[in-house]
Amino acid sequence: MKQANLISALSDRELADIDKEIAHAPYRCAVAIDALKIVQQYRGWVSDESLRALANYLEMSAEELEGIATFYNLIFRKPVGEKVILVCDSVSCWIKDSDKITRQIAEKLGIGLGETTPDGQYTLLPVTCLGACDCAPVLMVGEKLHKNLDGDKIDKLFSAGDSAVVKLGEEP
Amino acid sequence: MTDRPLTRNIGPDRTPTDLAAYELNGGYRGLRKAITAMSPADCLEMVKESNLRGRGGAGFPTGLKWSFVPMGEKAGPGHKYLIANADEMEPGTFKDRLLMECDPHQLIEGMIVAAYTIQADVAYIFLRAEYFDAERQLRAAIAACYEKGYLGDNILGTDYRLDMYVHSSAGRYICGEETALINSLEGKRANPRAKPPFPQVSGLWGRPTIVNNVETLCNIHHIIERGADWFQSLGKGEDSGTKLFGVSGRVKNPGCWELPMGTPVREILEVHAGGMEDGYKLRGFLPGGGSTDFLTEAHLDLPMDYDVIGKAGSRMGTGTMIILDDHTCPVGMVKNLVEFFARESCGFCTPCRDGLPWSAQVLDDIESGNGLPEDMATLQKQARFIGAIGNTHCALAPGAMEPLNSAMKYFREDFERHIEGKHCPYREPENRP
Ligand SMILES: Cc1cc2nc3c(=O)[nH]c(=O)nc-3n(C[C@H](O)[C@H](O)[C@H](O)COP(=O)(O)O)c2cc1C
Ligand code: SF4
Ligand code: FES
Repeated sequence: MKQANLISALSDRELADIDKEIAHAPYRCAVAIDALKIVQQYRGWVSDESLRALANYLEMSAEELEGIATFYNLIFRKPVGEKVILVCDSVSCWIKDSDKITRQIAEKLGIGLGETTPDGQYTLLPVTCLGACDCAPVLMVGEKLHKNLDGDKIDKLFSAGDSAVVKLGEEP
Repeated sequence: MTDRPLTRNIGPDRTPTDLAAYELNGGYRGLRKAITAMSPADCLEMVKESNLRGRGGAGFPTGLKWSFVPMGEKAGPGHKYLIANADEMEPGTFKDRLLMECDPHQLIEGMIVAAYTIQADVAYIFLRAEYFDAERQLRAAIAACYEKGYLGDNILGTDYRLDMYVHSSAGRYICGEETALINSLEGKRANPRAKPPFPQVSGLWGRPTIVNNVETLCNIHHIIERGADWFQSLGKGEDSGTKLFGVSGRVKNPGCWELPMGTPVREILEVHAGGMEDGYKLRGFLPGGGSTDFLTEAHLDLPMDYDVIGKAGSRMGTGTMIILDDHTCPVGMVKNLVEFFARESCGFCTPCRDGLPWSAQVLDDIESGNGLPEDMATLQKQARFIGAIGNTHCALAPGAMEPLNSAMKYFREDFERHIEGKHCPYREPENRP
């Protein structure tokens, strides 16, 4: 692994965004979670190199920051696909057969929960109740919530062959 | 037409209300009244009199909670904080999302009045990561408020000042527990803190802090503007105000409606949710999210009031009901819930970290046809030890045991049929009860 010059492993834009958070925090490491999210926003995930640079910038140990990063399920410490598919597996969606939907998606993509397709396009993850239980079952991709899912809708969203899953995560 | 203060700006198409529209409909009048004509002590008194109880799940009286915040000199030097708990992740709960996406200024106005009452100078909205729409709405609304002089220095020409920030979280259900939330806001792992000291005295960065649910805060300026008596009169029964009640599961019209406190369960289920889907019968329901005890048909005529639902053996919780129908396996449903809580355990204390996965394993054995007759006694023992308040560091684990315990009470024969028949009877339609 190449020896990183610690601070320069963070881009100017990342540093500027992190500084904005630090400006209203009582001390630097108080923004640890915001800073991890900022790095992830630019890079998709948080690598060891970013984590060390960030810890250094926030004046905390890399071990402590690692403890924080791994606590939160939406901070990714491994590379994820272009699109992260979050399928709600909580109770109201379960009642409406979310497990079938999940199996259907897993089959279409050829991966299980927690895995990424070999082409790096999709990662499939379970997620806690998305606060849309009246539209169960639901899944989320990027900022887009897909509601009232059923077998047909999944077929359409994941129509294999062509540019699969183009619609996923975008406005219909 | 009943008075529906919380959703008066929310139409069927759910278009967000901007500052101009919000003001046109009477917005920021409560704030003006509080800040220019009332002292913080007057405001506190009015909130106490209104009998508002927290909408985050526990139903703690809001005025009483605020009264523990040290005021004036007693607070010592430094900031005081108000935090809106917008982490909404309780399974089956979908009410705060609606309030924030459709009427962000209502939450902000409520927060400014609440912050003024406890004399906080910094406020945070702790928002779950996945609520992107809400985040956009809230950030835009906060910016508009700074411009208009509702936030920042010299609010409405007075010497009161308040800063407000949105913190977008990074996942984990436990962040909703108020002391775990405070740790998370400090940039740490979200393990709950020991109480005492209570956050009112020593919370965020060791300073006095109030954490309230979004819906609780949305009520505050309405109470200030229209009075405690008005608020009390909104409730049908013992409790004051209105509440967002929701129904999910196999009903004709799942949704969320603002209704008077004390509305009977049957009315919510049959009138608003349209009754069960054709071909499905009700077997039970969780009255207020995934960590409340099951109730059954026998409880349909109870009013949704905190103490009434409490006496019936459950909790009002978040007021969003989850319906168990006769095609859905009660063992499977409880297994889904216990697995959820096991996954979301913060890992700090043993009964929760090790006990919940054990319960989930026993439930999985039963559901998959590998259960043994003695498993029932094991589950009962787990429910007793994990469920006892005081055996765990926070309320997550006892909450996880509520649906399990009550399912064993009401649906015992379903557990037994799984164990005796060595498979899940709900997999073949003809074997359903
Ligand atoms: C595991 C756990 C999760 C919780 N999640 C939430 C939540 O997402 N939103 C919320 O308002 N309260 C949640 N609470 C309750 C809070 O701890 C706290 O009681 C509440 O925010 C107080 O607000 P209120 O007095 O306005 O009800 C949770 C409690 C526990 C034990
Ligand atoms: S009960 Fe569970 S969530 Fe709460 S502190 Fe203990 S381990 Fe953490
Ligand atoms: S249970 Fe899936 S959105 Fe609530």
